[in-house]
Amino acid sequence: MIEHLIPVLAGTLAAATPLIFAGLGELVAERTGVINLGVEGMMLIGAVAGFAAAAHSDGGALAGLPAGAVAGMLAALIFAILSLSMAANQAACGLALTIFGIGLSAFIGQHYVSYSLPGLPPLDIPGLSEIPVIGRILFHQDAVTYLGLVTFVGVWWVLRKTRLGLVLKAVGEAPDAAHAIGYPVIAIRYGATLFGGAMAGIAGAYLSTVYTPLWVQNMVAGRGWIAIALVVFAAWNPTRLLLGAWLFGGVTILQFHAQGLGIALPVQFLAALPYLATVVVLVLISRDKRLLQLNLPASLGKPWMP
Amino acid sequence: MSTPPPPFSGPPDNLPRLELTGITKRYPSVVANDGIHLKVGPGEIHAVLGENGAGKSTLMKIIYGAVQADAGQIQWNGREVVIANPSEARRLGIGMVFQHFSLFETLSVVENIALALDEPFDLKGLAARVKEVSTRYGLPLDPDRLVYSLSVGERQRVEIVRCLLQEPQLLILDEPTSVLTPQAVQKLFETLRRLASEGVSILYISHKLHEIQSLCHSATVMRGGKVTGTATPSRETPASLARMMIGRELPVCEVPAFTGEAAPVLTVRGLSHTPDDPFGTALKDIALEVRRGEILGIAGISGNGQAELLAALSGETTGPANTVVLAGTPVGHLDAGRRRKRGLTFVPEERLGRGAVPPMSLADNATLSAHGHGLVKKGFLRPKAAWEFAKTCIERFDVRCGGPGAAARSLSGGNLQKFIVGREIMQQPIAMVVAQPTWGVDVGAAAFLRQTLIDLSRSGVAILVISEELEELFEICDRIAVLAEGRLSEAVPKQQTNAEKIGMQMSGLFSDTHGTDREPAHAAA
Repeated sequence: MIEHLIPVLAGTLAAATPLIFAGLGELVAERTGVINLGVEGMMLIGAVAGFAAAAHSDGGALAGLPAGAVAGMLAALIFAILSLSMAANQAACGLALTIFGIGLSAFIGQHYVSYSLPGLPPLDIPGLSEIPVIGRILFHQDAVTYLGLVTFVGVWWVLRKTRLGLVLKAVGEAPDAAHAIGYPVIAIRYGATLFGGAMAGIAGAYLSTVYTPLWVQNMVAGRGWIAIALVVFAAWNPTRLLLGAWLFGGVTILQFHAQGLGIALPVQFLAALPYLATVVVLVLISRDKRLLQLNLPASLGKPWMP
Repeated sequence: MSTPPPPFSGPPDNLPRLELTGITKRYPSVVANDGIHLKVGPGEIHAVLGENGAGKSTLMKIIYGAVQADAGQIQWNGREVVIANPSEARRLGIGMVFQHFSLFETLSVVENIALALDEPFDLKGLAARVKEVSTRYGLPLDPDRLVYSLSVGERQRVEIVRCLLQEPQLLILDEPTSVLTPQAVQKLFETLRRLASEGVSILYISHKLHEIQSLCHSATVMRGGKVTGTATPSRETPASLARMMIGRELPVCEVPAFTGEAAPVLTVRGLSHTPDDPFGTALKDIALEVRRGEILGIAGISGNGQAELLAALSGETTGPANTVVLAGTPVGHLDAGRRRKRGLTFVPEERLGRGAVPPMSLADNATLSAHGHGLVKKGFLRPKAAWEFAKTCIERFDVRCGGPGAAARSLSGGNLQKFIVGREIMQQPIAMVVAQPTWGVDVGAAAFLRQTLIDLSRSGVAILVISEELEELFEICDRIAVLAEGRLSEAVPKQQTNAEKIGMQMSGLFSDTHGTDREPAHAAA
């Protein structure tokens, strides 16, 4: 039994990685009051940029991830200029960015369809990976999955323990008050939005160069939307976000195995299962309205000008 | 409020701490500040007196660096300075306590304070200092409480302590007492006098004459963006200050006696409601009765259940049928429209957004609440009738605007309030609920609105007024009750109470329990 579970659990961590990156980025942006619905688009742009960089250089995934981050950040910059500097409607800008990302990635990606990359081999942590069971689940992963967990710890620490975290929250809570005591609200929101873009770009590049190192059109497949949903249902709390991402990853892997075992359910239903399960579980968790209201950044989605 | 100002401690021939020369600020539609001169010495408490819209707040924002002047100089301790932003003002030693607090609801007291200080991030050390400073100045605070759970008075303490930690040389307070009980006002004055005696200059912005007379050493009076005079408040009378402030005598209301039969019209019994909003206040067993021909006033500081009570009375939130009774009919379960049909009309606190839809014309806004009065027929709008209705309202209630087609948001606060009150009165209510009738309204319009409400009540309508302005309640009401922490005290004829007693109750201490028990009295209400 354990022997069957190990690959499931190990796969869960990898499957959760793109959601962790994209979710954390969106969480930071939303903490400052910016809701960027363009995550899906930024992930796709990051995915295609990462894939192209990996395909045309010797660096492979190591070249792909930075390229994805930069591309995601540039995409977020478009969003930031429209919605922050010009105070356009954030929801509309975000949706436009997603549609743009789908189109742009398909346009660039048409040259790479069915082209595959070497991917990234698992990286064993010396000593730890030899622990029975746990070692093969936790410490036999690709480097980016570790990086995702390190990013989680970093974001958690910054939000929880530092002045920067407090300022981010303050800006999302009451931009007028933050401005009144002298914080550059727009600049802080720019920073958070660009961070969100870079994280989404990394998430996309991870999908295209490491997770399934093969170009398929529209390969992000709605994970950007799941990341946005995770942020809200996690009540803007990074730890809950991490748990939500693992849940999604877990069900994704389980349904693969279920498909492999020939369980008599339609494949389409199985493929939809991770999305369904994540949404249902998170809605149940977040029925506590008080919790949501207390954590909801009060200025979320509202254009602000000094 | 009759304490004379303490002797001015600083040497008067000293260099002024702050001197403004010819400060001018123009906005597209208005000159907010027109060549303002102002001088404040060390240890001086200086009042800036003026009505809403006189340009006081703009001037303070210029001093605090939140707004840049178009022309004029600022001299700080004898040196000309350009204050580009609030953090620069803070570096110079200028602190400001805002009228609408600049606090973050979901952060703790100490986090809020840390955000405003330019020093290394150490919450534990700061919490200790917050405690120390707040005790020293008689402003007790718990550094770890979340701000949303604080009362308005406590929030103001947070703002003041936040300024004090920066050891300011000049403290600006913008209408600081509008949210305080009379007792809390006295406490605040003690703190301010103590600061002044330590050499801190204070700019005190207010339109309350008696406060300025009891606290301030000197005053600059503003009207329409200009300085209309300077004065030593203790040598003036309220009437002479008022003349400088509004350019004429303070208007006074006439309150005739009601001669008809005083039967109860609007009765509330056992009304309890816990709002969904975690920042809201739960109503606890509210009981009240408003009779024909009277105005019942509900005093208390906003945030003590005022919004929730208004929602429960208007029908925005519904409950058991018997909790609200209108002329003998239980209406507690009915929504706002159905209550309106039975003769209960409302004037909410937020004029734009609740009382009126900002971009819509006055005629359309009339239709929204007065549709039952011939403005809609068989589901179809009757624009002509709405236009006539709005026109009548504008003429009858002296609303200055561009006519029934003017957008609601184009009206000044006072004129929009006159329109909304007029619209509700024209629906011939048997009972009317009005929240903050004169909030942000100039003196002339406020007097008109108060007289309108008095006249309406004397025609036999039962009126309930919820207001933060105690003086207003004493002027127009027949009986006054106090809403504190979601509980309502027994209504008392205004001749049998005074500002001090009401103030005690506003802090949640109801008088007939000798101030020890916090349970409200409502058995006989």
